[in-house]
Amino acid sequence: MKRCSQCQEREGVINLTEIKSGEVRTVWLCAKCAAEKGIQTASAASETPLGSFLAGLGDPTAIAEPATPVEAICPGCGSTFRAFKDTGRVGCAICYTSFEVLFRDLLRRLHGSTQHTGTAYLSPRETGQLPRDPPSLQALRDQLRRAIDAEQFELAAELRDRLKEQE
Amino acid sequence: MIDLNLLPDGGLTWLDASGPSSHLVLSTRVRLARNLAGYRFGNRIAGRDREEVLDVVTSAARQTASLGSAMSYRIDRVEAVDRQLLHERHLISRELASPGTESGSRPASALLAQGRAAVMVNEEDHLRLQALSSGVDLEATFAAVRKVDAELGQRLAFAFHPEFGYLTSCPTNVGTGLRASVLIHLPGLVLTKEINRVLQGLTQVGLTYRGLYGEGSEVVGNFFQLSNQTTLGKSEGELLDHLGKIVQRVMGYEERARQVLLRDATSVLEDKVWRAFGLLRYARSLSFEETMNLLSGVRLGVGLALIPNVGLYTLNRLLVFTQPAHLAAASGGEMDDETLRVRRATYVRELLEGEVGRKGGT
Repeated sequence: MKRCSQCQEREGVINLTEIKSGEVRTVWLCAKCAAEKGIQTASAASETPLGSFLAGLGDPTAIAEPATPVEAICPGCGSTFRAFKDTGRVGCAICYTSFEVLFRDLLRRLHGSTQHTGTAYLSPRETGQLPRDPPSLQALRDQLRRAIDAEQFELAAELRDRLKEQE
Repeated sequence: MIDLNLLPDGGLTWLDASGPSSHLVLSTRVRLARNLAGYRFGNRIAGRDREEVLDVVTSAARQTASLGSAMSYRIDRVEAVDRQLLHERHLISRELASPGTESGSRPASALLAQGRAAVMVNEEDHLRLQALSSGVDLEATFAAVRKVDAELGQRLAFAFHPEFGYLTSCPTNVGTGLRASVLIHLPGLVLTKEINRVLQGLTQVGLTYRGLYGEGSEVVGNFFQLSNQTTLGKSEGELLDHLGKIVQRVMGYEERARQVLLRDATSVLEDKVWRAFGLLRYARSLSFEETMNLLSGVRLGVGLALIPNVGLYTLNRLLVFTQPAHLAAASGGEMDDETLRVRRATYVRELLEGEVGRKGGT
């Protein structure tokens, strides 16, 4: 059992990742200490604007379980599913993959389906139609760095290939 | 102050009442929400990346036929009244236009516009592609925006998920990213009190309605914006086809309501439309809402051929140019409410005088 790092008594049920002075720290908190720190519980989260709709997402009881999807952090933007529930806006494209199960559930409720049947998009790389004026090497290097930071390895591989071609 | 005259038609092609069923439908709008892969979405993106998104989109747009000679406006660098002007022309969203809010001046937000096509950059999504047409013309309007999408998509990597489709900041736009809306005038259904039944019916068939300015706006002048509610699970063609069929049906209901009014309440109807005309023709002070309501009455009278010698184009111009930011722009700056009402009445009077003088007595 993980102990609450605050009271050192009760069982830690919430896994909290804190960033202080650039240092990432993971702590476990019991429900009581979490509430005292102002960390929202499942019922509090449902009181937000989109909350009444979003509250039905996933299993609400799972929110208080350790390392649940809503507490997980998107590697693309550092956002959580909870942050999405609060704002109603998704942080980045990677969020949809990071919280895929939760979003699939939401999309089904919103649209009655999760399968896109419209225009199938092929990126410039896939169609072999690269821009006529390709971005500068520096711009590509910047994009590559960002893609790696965001752990978007597929995009990073594509950018690396493009860099090689141009160099 | 920005000069919208630099746009060939001021971005108002949709105003000329040349499209199908212009007597009922003011305009058709189709927009596609797109985001660039590799950048955070609008609400979490950093300032430097916003600038980069704008650079990348602008340079890609310059290489396309549909936006190659587009006029571009930095929304975050123009005055609030200019943002309002662009909004009143349906060229930018209320979110980008609203003054004094954080989102009202989203950094690096911009508008690129050419012909009936336009792109908003750095709104909630990185790109909002849109096309506007006169009357009800979903097919041609979609074709215009689809062309922009295809041309930009060849040059930019859009955020796309194999199952969910195009990814957007708000999950309500995921999939096709398509929102098609038709701005329709329904005074007959309002007068016969059938409107609520029709609007309830719309929600049951997966459509939604909004006011004159889209999301979050109120219904004024009996104008309703009908649009698709969902964006995922159906193809663009299916979404447009469904909306088009329902719009045709609503147009049928409206025509029928008008004929009922004409048959059963002829004198009441005639009195109503002529009173509206009389007030617009001679009033010395008009609020925006009153103007919209009176214009609705005159439009109904023109549609039923009760009022001769007034063209739909004139009525459309009145609808656009009597809005606050347009009057302010025409007068060279912002003014107080009473001056605004007087200017509005003067503008309406002069335009109607010119119209009647040109086409013969009314």
